[in-house]
Amino acid sequence: MTDASFPRRRTGRPAFRRAAESVVTRAIAFSGIAAIVILAAITVFLGMNALRAVGDVGLWSMITGTDWFPTSKEPSYGFLPAIVGSLWVTAVALVVSVPVGVAAAIYISEFASRRTKEVAKSVIEFMAAVPSVVLGLMGLAVLVPSIRVLMRLDTGLTAFAAGIMVGVMALPTIISISEDAMHAVPADLRTGSLALGNTRWQTVHKVVLPAASSGVFAAVMLGVGRAIGETMVVLMLAGNSGIVPNTPLVSVRTMPGTIAGEMAEVVQGGEHYSVLFAMALVLFAMTFIINLVADVVLENQRKRWRR
Amino acid sequence: MNHASARVRRARTVEMLARAVTGAAAFGVLGVVAFILGYILYRGAGSIDWEFLTAPPRMFMTQGGIWPAIYGTLLLTFWTAVFAIPVGIMAGIYLAEYAPKGAFTRVIRLAIANMAGVPSIVYGLFGLALFVLTVGFGRSVIAGALTLACLTLPVIITATEEALLQVPQDLRQASLALGATRLRTVLRIVIPAAAPGIVTGSILGLSRAAGETAPILVTAVAFYSPVPRTVFDETMALPYHLYIMATQAVKPAPDVVWGTALVLVAGVSIINVVAAAWRTRQRRRIRW
Amino acid sequence: MVTAASGSFELDDVSVTYGNETAVAGVTMSIEPASVTALIGPSGCGKSTLLRCLNRMNDELGNVKVGGRILFDGVDIYDRSVDPVELRVRVGQVFQKPNPFPMSIFDNVAYGPRTHGVRRKAELDALVEESLKRAALWEEVKNSLKKHAFELSGGQQQRLCIARALATSPEVLLMDEPASALDPISTQQIEDTIAELKSSVTIVIVTHNMQQAARISDRTAFMLRESMDFPAQLVEVGDTRVMFTNPADKRTEAYITGRFG
Repeated sequence: MTDASFPRRRTGRPAFRRAAESVVTRAIAFSGIAAIVILAAITVFLGMNALRAVGDVGLWSMITGTDWFPTSKEPSYGFLPAIVGSLWVTAVALVVSVPVGVAAAIYISEFASRRTKEVAKSVIEFMAAVPSVVLGLMGLAVLVPSIRVLMRLDTGLTAFAAGIMVGVMALPTIISISEDAMHAVPADLRTGSLALGNTRWQTVHKVVLPAASSGVFAAVMLGVGRAIGETMVVLMLAGNSGIVPNTPLVSVRTMPGTIAGEMAEVVQGGEHYSVLFAMALVLFAMTFIINLVADVVLENQRKRWRR
Repeated sequence: MNHASARVRRARTVEMLARAVTGAAAFGVLGVVAFILGYILYRGAGSIDWEFLTAPPRMFMTQGGIWPAIYGTLLLTFWTAVFAIPVGIMAGIYLAEYAPKGAFTRVIRLAIANMAGVPSIVYGLFGLALFVLTVGFGRSVIAGALTLACLTLPVIITATEEALLQVPQDLRQASLALGATRLRTVLRIVIPAAAPGIVTGSILGLSRAAGETAPILVTAVAFYSPVPRTVFDETMALPYHLYIMATQAVKPAPDVVWGTALVLVAGVSIINVVAAAWRTRQRRRIRW
Repeated sequence: MVTAASGSFELDDVSVTYGNETAVAGVTMSIEPASVTALIGPSGCGKSTLLRCLNRMNDELGNVKVGGRILFDGVDIYDRSVDPVELRVRVGQVFQKPNPFPMSIFDNVAYGPRTHGVRRKAELDALVEESLKRAALWEEVKNSLKKHAFELSGGQQQRLCIARALATSPEVLLMDEPASALDPISTQQIEDTIAELKSSVTIVIVTHNMQQAARISDRTAFMLRESMDFPAQLVEVGDTRVMFTNPADKRTEAYITGRFG
C-alpha cells in the first residue's frame, strides 16, 4: 500500500531528471509572462525618463501646447503640431488603405482561386517584411516629386505623401486580418446563401461582411495603430515643420518622426530629452488603447465562431 | 418572367462589377509590391559589384562599399535571434501546452497582441533607457539586439503557438499514455511535428527585425564605424545606412543609396521566399 | 514475463465530475487479470470516461475530479504517492483512431522504452521485435522498420499503436474502440491480436459493437446514462456469455437485443 511497493519495475524517474524537468517547466512558465514583464518595463522606463518633463513643463501643457520650438532660447514643447500631424498622416493612410485593403481581402477570401489565394497571401506576408526605410526611399524618389509637380506645391514633403506611403505600410495588416475574419465565417452560411439563389457578391455583402464586420473593424483599428506608430516613412516624407497643420498638403511633424529625428541630437538627461520620452509615453498610450480595442473585438469574434 | 430575368441580369452585372473592383484592388496591391521590387532592382543593380559588397566606404560614403553595414545587420540579427528565439519559443509552448484557460492567460494574450503593435520608435526609447543607459551597455550591438529582440518576440510567440496548436491532440495523448511526462511529450513529439511552422515564423520575424531602423537608431548604430570587434561596440547597419544616405548624405550619392536599398530588399526577399517555400513543402509532406 | 496474477482493478463507487457536471457515478466492479473486459453501452454513456480513469488520462483534461477508489493490484492509483507517469507505464492505452507518431516504425515502438531510459541498441531491437510480434505486425514490417509510420495502412497503424503500447511491458491494456475506424478485415486482425494477448495482459476494451464484445470478451460491463440530468451508471457486470444469453436487467436485455442505442 505504500509507495515503496508501487514502482517495482524500472520505471522510477531519477531525481536529477525530475529536477531538470521542473527547472525547464519553470523557465517555460516564466517566458510565458515575458510579454507582460516587457510591457510593464516599457511603461516604467518611459515614465521614469519622462518625469523631469512632467515636472518642468507639465503633462497637460505639453499635450495642449501649440508650439514646438525645443531649441529656441525659451523653448516651447507643445505636442499639438505632432499630434495633429500624426492624425493627418493617419487619415490619409486610412483613405488609401481601408477601401483598397478590404476590397483586396474580399477578393482573396471570396473570389480568388485556391492558387491565386496562396500566392496573394504569401506576397502580402512578404509585403509586411519590406523595410519601412525602403518605402521611405521610394516615397522620396517617386512620390514626393510627383506630388510637388501635380499639386503645384513648394515641397512634396507633406502629410499627403507620408500618408500614402504609410497607407501602403498598413495594407498587409488590414488585408490579412480582414481576410482572416472573412475566412472564419462558417462555410455553411455561404452555402446556405448560395443555395437560396444569391450570387457570390450578394452572399458577400448580405452574409459574409456582416458576419465578419467586427473582424474588419479590428483590422482597421490595427491599421490605425500601425499608421500612428510608423516612424521611418514619416521621418523621411512628412517634412517635419513646427506648425499645427490644417491641411494634409503641407509639411507636418508627427510624434514618431519627432522622437526619432531629435533623440540623437539632444543632451542626455536634459529637458528636451525628457520631453521626447514624454511624447513616446503619449504615443505608447495611444497605440496601447487602439490595440487593446482591436484585440478585444477580435477575441469576441473568435469566441462567436468557436461554437 | 421578364421581370425575374431582368433582376437576374442585374445581379449578374453587379457580380461581375464586384469581382472586377475587388480583383483590381487585390492585383493592384500585388502590383505595388512588384513595382517597388522592380524599381529598386532597376535603380540598384548597376551599383552591385564585389567591391560594393566587401569593402568599407570611401570618400565620405560616396564611394567604396557597404560591408560594415552588411556585417552589422547580420550581427544584429544573429544576436536578436539568440535573445528572442529561446524566450519566444518557450512562451509559445507555455501558451499552447501549459497555460490554464482563464483570466490570467487572457491577459498574457492581450499583452502579446499589444506588444506587436507598439511603435518601433517606442521600443527604441525603451532600449535606450534600459539597455544603453540603465544596464550600461552604451550604444552597442548588444543593446540594439536586445531592443530588436523585444520587438520580434510577439511574432515568434504567435508563430510558435499557432504551429503547436496544429499538432493533433491524439499525438499528445498517445505519448502521455505511454508514461511520458508533459515536457517530454512537448519536446519529443509536439515540437518536432511543429518545427516547420516555428522555424518559418521565427525567420520571418527576424527578417523584419533586420529591416528595422527606428529601434537601432538610438541604441546601436553609428553614421560611420569600422566593423565592430565585440558586441559592446557600436556598428553600422543597412537600414540606418540607407536612411542616412537617402536624407543626410554630404553629397548625394545615388549609386550607394540604391545599391544599399537593393542589398537590403534582396536579403529580406530571399529569406522570405526560402522560408515560405520550405514551409509549404513541409506542410505537404506531413498531413494529419 | 509478467505473472498472470497482476493487472487487476477494483473499482469502488467511482464517479467522474467535469467542472460541476457529474458524468459517471457509483461504479463498483472488478477487472480480473489476464482476461478481456468489455465496456458496452450507447454513445455518451461514460465508457471512455471510465476507461480513462484507469490510467489517469482524465488528469490531463483538467478540471476533472474522480471520486471513490480505484485499486490497481491493491494500490489506490489516486493516492498522492502514485505518480501517474509511472502508472501509465503499467497501464497502456490504445486509442480510437490510429495515432502513430510522425516518425519511423521502429522509433514509434521504441518511444516508450526510450522514455523510460532504455538506451542500448540491442535491448531496443529486441523489445521492438517482441512488441511487433505480439501485435502481429512483425512479419509485415520486419524489413522496413525505418519506413515512416504514416506509410502503413490504417489497420497496420493501429497494430503499430498496440505494439507501441506493449513495448513498455504493461500489465493492462486499455482499448478505446480500437477498431471503430477500421475496415472489417483489419478489425478481424485486431480481434485476433486481442485474443492472443489476453494470456499475458489484462485488456479492458470499450466498444459500441455488441457482436465484438460477445466475440472477444470474458466479462462485460453495461453502462447507461438514462437522462442528461443524471450521471451515467453501471447497469450490470458479469460473465459475457451469461450476460448475452440471460441478462439480469431489463435495460441490458433491451440494449443487447437492439431496441435502443
